[in-house]
Amino acid sequence: MHITALPVAVPLMAAALIVAVRRWLPRLMTDGLATGVGVGVVTLCALLLAHTAHGHPFAYWMGGWRPTHAVAIGISLSIDPIGAGLATFSALLVTASLVYSWRYFEAADGMFQALMLVFMGAMAGFSLTGDLFNLAVFFELMGATAYALTAHHNEEQGPIQGAINFAISNSIAAYAIFIGIALLYARTGALNMAQIGAALDHHAADPLVLVAMSLIFIGFLTKAAAVPVHFWLADAHAVAPAPVCVLFSGVMVELGIYAVARIYWTIFAGPLAPHADELRVILICMGTATALWGGVMCFAQRHVKRLLAFSTISHVGMFVCGFGLLSAKGVAAVAVYVIGHGFTKAGLFMLTGVLLHRFHSVDEFDLHGRGRATPFTGVLFAVGGLLLSAMPVVTLFFGKSLLDSAALDAGFPWLPSVFVISSMLTGGAVLRVAGRVFRGWGPAESAEARQAHQAREEEDEEDAPSDRTPLAMLVVPALLLIGAIVVGVIPGAVPGIEVAAGHFVDHASVIAWVLHGTVELPHEATSHVEGFDYLYGAGATVGALSLAALGLFGRPLRARLPKRLLGAVSAALWTLRRLHSGHIGDYIAWWTAGAALLGGATLVFVR
Amino acid sequence: MSFLPYAVAGWLFVVGLYGVVSSSNLIRTIISLTVVQSGTYVLLLSVGYVHGGKAAIFADIPAVSRAVDPVVQVLVLTDIVIEATVTGLLLALAVQAHKRFGSLDPHELRALQD
Repeated sequence: MHITALPVAVPLMAAALIVAVRRWLPRLMTDGLATGVGVGVVTLCALLLAHTAHGHPFAYWMGGWRPTHAVAIGISLSIDPIGAGLATFSALLVTASLVYSWRYFEAADGMFQALMLVFMGAMAGFSLTGDLFNLAVFFELMGATAYALTAHHNEEQGPIQGAINFAISNSIAAYAIFIGIALLYARTGALNMAQIGAALDHHAADPLVLVAMSLIFIGFLTKAAAVPVHFWLADAHAVAPAPVCVLFSGVMVELGIYAVARIYWTIFAGPLAPHADELRVILICMGTATALWGGVMCFAQRHVKRLLAFSTISHVGMFVCGFGLLSAKGVAAVAVYVIGHGFTKAGLFMLTGVLLHRFHSVDEFDLHGRGRATPFTGVLFAVGGLLLSAMPVVTLFFGKSLLDSAALDAGFPWLPSVFVISSMLTGGAVLRVAGRVFRGWGPAESAEARQAHQAREEEDEEDAPSDRTPLAMLVVPALLLIGAIVVGVIPGAVPGIEVAAGHFVDHASVIAWVLHGTVELPHEATSHVEGFDYLYGAGATVGALSLAALGLFGRPLRARLPKRLLGAVSAALWTLRRLHSGHIGDYIAWWTAGAALLGGATLVFVR
Repeated sequence: MSFLPYAVAGWLFVVGLYGVVSSSNLIRTIISLTVVQSGTYVLLLSVGYVHGGKAAIFADIPAVSRAVDPVVQVLVLTDIVIEATVTGLLLALAVQAHKRFGSLDPHELRALQD
């Protein structure tokens, strides 16, 4: 298909055009152009998705440099339904976010729109590329744009520090990836992922391969924000403008997981197949730690954007577990979950943007009861909380039931309870905010507590608080939340994703269709929602509601608990909070420890 | 192929990380970051090095001569472009940080403590 490269090329060229002529372009035209390009790219990616979804994954060789005798010299875009779907999804979120920012920013001089378009092109390239080095380059392009977008309000302390932490953490991650790529190139002489995979099939999982894998994994897991390389995420999300957070949480972080999965299944699945059990344990430990750490920190926040950021970390933990199960069903579960989570989180960040736009605060206590003025926002916010708790029968619920069934298949019967805890904590925290802000439930904060916790500087998105919310800023999140509800029930969507995941993890067949262009695809969707899934789903939602109620009205109850227990809990929480020091040196120390831990565990256990 | 270039690459990577962790000045942090990245250059170049090989420009040498691997050199070039972008952006942010925080010491950047 000749349109294959356009989802990458068109937004990059449009961005250059906007930057060139922005001085003479009225705001309306800049927004119109950017949004138009967004719609165009969504259409292009959807065409690719439709083409591949009928069983035709294909490789597009840039400049016609096709492989000869199954040796790839050129650079390919390797299009399969999972990659094309992710490209479509990211383009969709960028477009939604561009529409939302029509009214979110009082002034936008074209730079913002151009950066958003570059970001879109980079994400499309990241999802579609079949070349390992290009994957790393798109990672960096995505990163550089994201750092600049984080510091959009570069006159304020928070965004500056957040962008610095984000940029340094992710750059070091990228260098680890480069080292891994260099090692693989030294071993195989190839950069195309399928080609590397084919070459490694004849090798054992020796230390060089394992070190390369660990470095590449830890690099992409930094983007995905898995514990203990997640610290940058909360900082960046707390300070970036809401339309940008939409993309960070909704899809950028998930792209990190996608890269790890794609690289594992295309490159390492051959030599690592005999050691899958050990690798599974390592990844699931990491995922579980991430899910719980993120969940607890999420519930402990009062800064709403930071709360949503930690909720994303918790969900990343589930994604890492889902991938870590190393099965087709696990990949399918993550794919479904990413769509549901992306829509929901995007909607929630946009609603938080509404709060900021209207009241100039995102502090839960500061906003106590003030949200009554915007009841519709409150309804949407509460719906978002219920969706996050993976209530039956929304998209997230189908993802979670697949995840549970994948965990049981792989022999981890305790894993679903981790997922339930994570759903409860993240959903409960959002519902608690909804109750406190939009209904005024729970006690207000005492004056001295407020003084002690003087709301830290807040982003000035606008000149003055406004007394009404523009329609676009409510319609877009409403549509996204509807998306989060309905995608899972579209007939054929979930089974289709399962089939696509079956192809995604079929190492030999991926190599065949990329290098030889031969496609044979005998996969079928097998799973269906069981009775206990509804029980788990309903349980998580009820749990989230109870946690929210506990957070709002639990103070008398807390007084009855033994002092020692309360002391221990608050000390533990204090320690956990102190680790998020905002100091880049600390973060990189954690990063180094995480890399050493993952590499060490892989070298010791995978034998 | 000698062991030395790999040791240098590893050392640059680790010493750069140490620089970022221990830095008390953002400019030093950013320079340390480029040191980390230099480790990747050295590794890439040593991977492609051929003993006695010439530069892989076949316009003025016979096409059968021993030559170093040009692919890794192109990768390093890309890597350098990325470094220029990120370093430039980070230095601009450091200037802003100095304006708004009145300091370049990461310990004094306190907008984001949890």
